Amino acid sequence: MRITLHIWRQENAAAKGRMVRYEVPNVNEHMSFLEMLDVLNEELIAKGEEPVAFDHDCREGICGMCGAMVNGVAHGPLAATTLCQLHMRHFKDGDTLYIEPWRARAFPVVKDLVVDRSAFDRLIAAGGFIGVSTGSAPDGNAVLVPKEKADLAMDAAACIGCGACVAMCPNASASLFMGAKIAHLGLLPQGDAERDQRVVAMVAQANAELFGSCTNMAECEAVCPKGIKIEVIARMNRDFLGAKWSGRGTAKE
Amino acid sequence: MQLDSKCPQGPIETRWDRHQFSLKLVNPANKRKHTIIMVGTGLAGGSAAATLAELGYNVKCFCFQDSPRRAHSIAAQGGINAAKNYHNDGDSVYRLFYDTVKGGDFRARESNVYRLAQISLNIIDQCVAQGVPFAREYSGYLDNRSFGGAQVSRTFYARGQTGQQLLLGAYQALERQIGTGQVAMFPRTEMLDLIVIDGRARGIVTRNLITGEVASHLADTVVLGTGGYGNVYYLSTNAKGSNATAIWRAYKRGALFANPCFTQIHPTCIPVSGEYQSKLTLMSESLRNDGRVWVPLKKGDTRPPSQIPEAERDYYLERRYPSFGNLVPRDVASRNSKVVCDEGRGVGETGLAVYLDFRDAIQRLGRHVIEERYGNLFEMYERITGEDPYQGPMRIYPAIHYTMGGLWVDYNLMTTIPGLYAIGEANFSDHGANRLGASALMQGLADGYFVLPNTINDYIASTKLEKVDGSHGAVAEAEASVQATTRRLLEAKGTRSVDSFHRELGKLMWEHCGMSRTAEGLKLALGSIGELREQYWREVKVLGTDEGLNQSLEKAGRVADFFELAELMCLDALERNESCGGHFREEYQTPEGEAARDDEHFSYAAAWGFRGVGNAPELHKEDLTFEYVHPTQRSYK
Repeated sequence: MRITLHIWRQENAAAKGRMVRYEVPNVNEHMSFLEMLDVLNEELIAKGEEPVAFDHDCREGICGMCGAMVNGVAHGPLAATTLCQLHMRHFKDGDTLYIEPWRARAFPVVKDLVVDRSAFDRLIAAGGFIGVSTGSAPDGNAVLVPKEKADLAMDAAACIGCGACVAMCPNASASLFMGAKIAHLGLLPQGDAERDQRVVAMVAQANAELFGSCTNMAECEAVCPKGIKIEVIARMNRDFLGAKWSGRGTAKE
Repeated sequence: MQLDSKCPQGPIETRWDRHQFSLKLVNPANKRKHTIIMVGTGLAGGSAAATLAELGYNVKCFCFQDSPRRAHSIAAQGGINAAKNYHNDGDSVYRLFYDTVKGGDFRARESNVYRLAQISLNIIDQCVAQGVPFAREYSGYLDNRSFGGAQVSRTFYARGQTGQQLLLGAYQALERQIGTGQVAMFPRTEMLDLIVIDGRARGIVTRNLITGEVASHLADTVVLGTGGYGNVYYLSTNAKGSNATAIWRAYKRGALFANPCFTQIHPTCIPVSGEYQSKLTLMSESLRNDGRVWVPLKKGDTRPPSQIPEAERDYYLERRYPSFGNLVPRDVASRNSKVVCDEGRGVGETGLAVYLDFRDAIQRLGRHVIEERYGNLFEMYERITGEDPYQGPMRIYPAIHYTMGGLWVDYNLMTTIPGLYAIGEANFSDHGANRLGASALMQGLADGYFVLPNTINDYIASTKLEKVDGSHGAVAEAEASVQATTRRLLEAKGTRSVDSFHRELGKLMWEHCGMSRTAEGLKLALGSIGELREQYWREVKVLGTDEGLNQSLEKAGRVADFFELAELMCLDALERNESCGGHFREEYQTPEGEAARDDEHFSYAAAWGFRGVGNAPELHKEDLTFEYVHPTQRSYK
């Protein structure tokens, strides 16, 4: 099939970007979206034009490296699917697709479709962990975890940190990403001790990174490739209020 | 060079304890005076960087991805082994040790493997404490499942995303140390050379992938946790960025490379669908717990699977290996798939696939149980193929998945360059000629959390490390060499893209150094690869500049290394005149078609030393002796 693409091209962070039109005449329905971009890039190289830069690595929907807006939707039209797992059989011959990078103040564009998501790493460094040093753990079965809680924690822990939630949010809020980590760790007995300081520190960091606030639009949930529910945001808010109300968990000095 | 494995002697149960006691320590106040470079942030690298920082060392940590959380360990699906014997099914440290030595077809070091089995216990504890949401029983206790090559249930798992969860545990521990300033993290930074000063590894040369800046970083020791080299084959289950550049440049600086031809071909991957294919996707080995592998009895049977009656199906693994059935080790399962496809009984459009069928399991256990166990894998299969595996069988075929070979290391995980360590898949140490399922995660974390942090002190404490700075000639020389390679790639201005060369190399390797190998094929491949490599440097076309993000340039450097590595792999495969584990030489097989080892002549690790591109490398042998698990013809019948 034949697909018309309009792709955001931007040389570097400081340069001005623009949409450029490309035709890809020989798209096979079994190709993944990224393989279609590979084909385009091979053609560009043959013509002596610089290929489109895009982030990708595992190409099996787990590393969280890929992602772009396709016709205004993060990771494209198929629910619960990363861009690398989106196959061209979901498009029609003659379709026109607009492909843009994530747009958020906290995710500046590096080049073409590549953005800088290091703000996510700094959120985790602020408190998205359980502070256990190697060697000090008790036996794995010493602390029981009810299956229901372990399952809920796993649902939240499935987050791949791709940033689609931020890209889709009208406020560019990182609440789904943070909520997922806070729910994952807070649901487990092992992570309970640091619950207050974790949420306070992560929220403070999110504000410093210029992520917006959550206004319950739920756009994040709609595009999350791992189907993470906005319940995790409610959990984060509850933890945050509890910590602030009681004065617990204020940043250590 | 005489290879000294530094393996302790005496009773195997106490070797690691006694060895640890014999190693020198660095006192806590002195640790902060030392800097360790860690390259790679997967299970091995991430866990090592975090642990070394917790101990008080200054760590400089590097990865080429945009975040340490992207490392390819994240894609491991099925699980991690540990000899907890929580199921009272006869498991023990000794049994895990035994299974691993046998699974590796008697080409691994007993001392290393025993230590690995011992440490497996601590890993699970550590990961649970970090908040890894392992599967639980209703009672709240940890759940297990079975994997290939074992008859006990010792695999811990977090749905089909075990690697992801373990990596996030290590990543979070690492971020905690980044937060305290103990680790300086350099994402999107690729190591392009090793700096060796006075015979010791003292630093690395890197390229910042965003700005293009080439810089040197100096330290007291350098650790490589940069993963395996399966992407030599172009199509593999590895991430697109996974590469051998760090270990290869270390090899070219003097580190020996061991058993390069020991590659693992995973039996259950989604088959290739077309020429544009960019990678292959694994379907976890855990699926073989409940899925049954079969092909039609008759050649060229094109009926849809649902119309092939029971009597006309050949469940060939269950037939040939009644005691292990569908859970035979990976090398055996892969080879058997190839055999039935070569007989013309393969299925699907290309005839290069076999069925993995869940019909009976769904009938026995109900769809909801299968969904709970493998839901995400079934979904992934459906996404990629457009077919629903709850309705009909999956089609699967073997694909390159893991590399047992890697930099040669001693018991302390140090390479033959003093001060240079290799951990995880980057080294060669624990899996012999075939790795068992759910053991890669175990080895990565064992090396990173528990082995390296206990052995690296000894080197730092017992070595006089003179202060070095950027003015040293070796630094300038390494930087110049990196810049020269980059210039050469950009200035070739040929006509063919990097990917087109890489695909061609991959086809050659899959054909001649893949699932089965012959002396004739390997010789042919050696000639062709050498020619292709020379053509590459003349005709490769890399657009853009070295200033700023240039993904073609990154790939070009990695592919250049793959060419040289591919030659070494073929040479090693040609030299090893026997079949063992993943290395199957057609000339050496038993009458039943199983791998025929030659212990008399090949019970050694082949460690190769670099002598210039295009020159024959030098072979060093580390003899392997087996005091506990006596080599036998591996049988899973």
